[in-house]
Amino acid sequence: MLLEVKDLRAVVRPEEDEGEAKEIIKGLSLSLDRGEVHAIMGPNGSGKSTLSHVLAGKPGYEVTSGEALFDGEDLLGLEPEERAAKGLFLAMQYPVEIPGVPYMQFLKVALNSQRKLRGEDELSTPDFMRLVREKAQALGISMDMLKRPVNVGFSGGEKKRMEVLQMAVLEPKLCVLDEIDSGLDIDALKVVADGVNALRGPERGFLVITHYQRLLNYIEPDHVHIMANGRIIRSGGPELAHELEREGYAAFVEDAA
Amino acid sequence: MADQETIQQVEELKKYKYGFETEIETEKAPKGLNEDIIRFISARKNEPEWMLEWRLEAYRLWKQMEEPHHWANVEYEPIDYQDLYYYAAPKQQKKPKSLDEIDPRILETYEKLGIPLKEQMVLAGVEGAPKVAVDAVFDSVSVATTFREELEKAGVIFCPISEAIQKYPDLVRKYLGSVVPQGDNFFAALNSAVFTDGSFVYVPKGVRCPMELSTYFRINEKKTGQFERTLIIVDEGGYVSYLEGCTAPMRDEHQLHAAVVELIAEKDAEIKYSTVQNWYPGDEEGRGGVYNFVTKRADCRGDNSKVSWTQVETGSAITWKYPSCLLRGDNSVGEFYSIAISNNAQQVDSGTKMVHLGRNTKSRIISKGISAGKSQNTYRGLVSVHRKAHGARNFTQCDSLLIGEKCGAHTVPYIQAKTPHAKVEHEATTSKIAEDQLFYLRARGIPEEEAVALIVNGFVREVIQKLPMEFMAETQKLIGISLEGSVG
Repeated sequence: MLLEVKDLRAVVRPEEDEGEAKEIIKGLSLSLDRGEVHAIMGPNGSGKSTLSHVLAGKPGYEVTSGEALFDGEDLLGLEPEERAAKGLFLAMQYPVEIPGVPYMQFLKVALNSQRKLRGEDELSTPDFMRLVREKAQALGISMDMLKRPVNVGFSGGEKKRMEVLQMAVLEPKLCVLDEIDSGLDIDALKVVADGVNALRGPERGFLVITHYQRLLNYIEPDHVHIMANGRIIRSGGPELAHELEREGYAAFVEDAA
Repeated sequence: MADQETIQQVEELKKYKYGFETEIETEKAPKGLNEDIIRFISARKNEPEWMLEWRLEAYRLWKQMEEPHHWANVEYEPIDYQDLYYYAAPKQQKKPKSLDEIDPRILETYEKLGIPLKEQMVLAGVEGAPKVAVDAVFDSVSVATTFREELEKAGVIFCPISEAIQKYPDLVRKYLGSVVPQGDNFFAALNSAVFTDGSFVYVPKGVRCPMELSTYFRINEKKTGQFERTLIIVDEGGYVSYLEGCTAPMRDEHQLHAAVVELIAEKDAEIKYSTVQNWYPGDEEGRGGVYNFVTKRADCRGDNSKVSWTQVETGSAITWKYPSCLLRGDNSVGEFYSIAISNNAQQVDSGTKMVHLGRNTKSRIISKGISAGKSQNTYRGLVSVHRKAHGARNFTQCDSLLIGEKCGAHTVPYIQAKTPHAKVEHEATTSKIAEDQLFYLRARGIPEEEAVALIVNGFVREVIQKLPMEFMAETQKLIGISLEGSVG
């Protein structure tokens, strides 16, 4: 199993002097294997983005019980960079700007840091350039784009397309896509979805987190989970997304309550 | 056991990377400062009478002055000037003819300092090595000067200032103290009285210096104040690019470094002066670090002259430094590009003075301050436009980056305009490294400290690009090193 989450509970760690920790993930279990695409759908505040943050190791959360195994290894004890090096990639809902750092440099530092953490040799500059050129071309990204500082002044669509480029270059085992459709018009959405689909393969898993069924028309999942109030309340095949689209979240959430 | 070892290794790493000292027998003057010590220094260096008189005059001025610690945003215990040594020289029978004759331990020291490989190739005389002349100052006396001949062919003089005093007394007498007079300020007066060595550069009319000039300064003797004196003159239409880099070994006691640098640009001349300053910053509480109280000033004396200061300040417990430009010639240009990084208990009060005297003079100030730990980082800058400076223009941009909760960033601009025909602009920003920036990079496999270094290098990119090529990569690394331990 590529990812196995068992009865996970997590809280948001409160700021100093700010009351109690608030539980967001309330006993969530999920199994995802290589080659599979799982979608997690849920209303706002259901905890689906938090799940992606906890998996990637974002500071500010605390796992109070349960476990998450990645490729059979404990994931939760690792630093975010170690998780990345082991092959976990979180495509962010809001990719962050890093002024003054050219995208190319960022990609190179990221790739070589991961290789170093895995005990592999760093990639030489010419080899790296060749790799990036090839991947960028496939996604229709110009080399000029890669000379610009990371995400500074990029449109929403450009940011997301660059997240897909990162995936193509870093070649993770599991891609967690956190609302990759947010802020995209239909054309940009198609481009991003095509990029993701091109990365699908028997060795790679995807966890697609989304609010809307629309994305799943383009990235077709094998399994759909509905999340509410910190846990998965129903799982099924692709047809579940359509059912949800017809009936709305309310029906499901009430059923579960 | 293994754990203990790991802990020890980590502790070692935390220590200043250049904290070592070489043992070379030195010859010292007795502790303390009085006219006899100055006579001793002057005699040691076989100086002419006028030089001794000049020093004594500075000393008399200094005695009447007060240490200026009331206005700068720095705090330190008063310095006991009678408890310092003012002269130390490596023992030498005669001057070395080539690098082979240099004490291998000195060369080893430079090795440890990470003098760029290119320059080591130069030192080793490798065929086809880039041309970088290295005038190495070890403690107070220059011990190696390379490429002298090639420079001489071009007519450029590049030598220790003590030698210039002997060989080119007319030039030295004409220019020494003409930009920073003996009584300019407390530390400049002290330097004028006791300076032991430094560099001298003269570029004659119409000559572009054929290579970058580079000097490494280093403090290497217990309780030895280091008082370099640098004098660079570029005559009409000439050009020189001068690099100065320094790092110092670990110390228990505070070390005073009070250098004076004077630059003179005649008509149509251009000087580019770059510094990478990495003196020992002290331990996490600032104990034992270097006091860097430096006076650097350029005189754009001739029309259309240009001086560009670029500095990367990462070291020292306290930095007090304002590389300045007197824009006297019409259309003259002064530039100041600065990166000042403070971590732990470091204190930085640095900036520039741009004094517009001539018509259509231009100045440009780009300052990037980074504060981490519980350090205090102040930009202090003066833009002064005088009555006759019609058409003067200044642009100032001060950006501060804060890392953590306990540090401080301060911007203190002074703007004086005495003519209505001038344009002065000042922009300032303060920002913090955001948690989500750090997480974004870490989620891509970049460990936290490298992530900080990457963000900071992005922040200072504009200034890094002003450095000579061979300093860029080294400086980017240095920035990472200076911010180690600033997060987490």
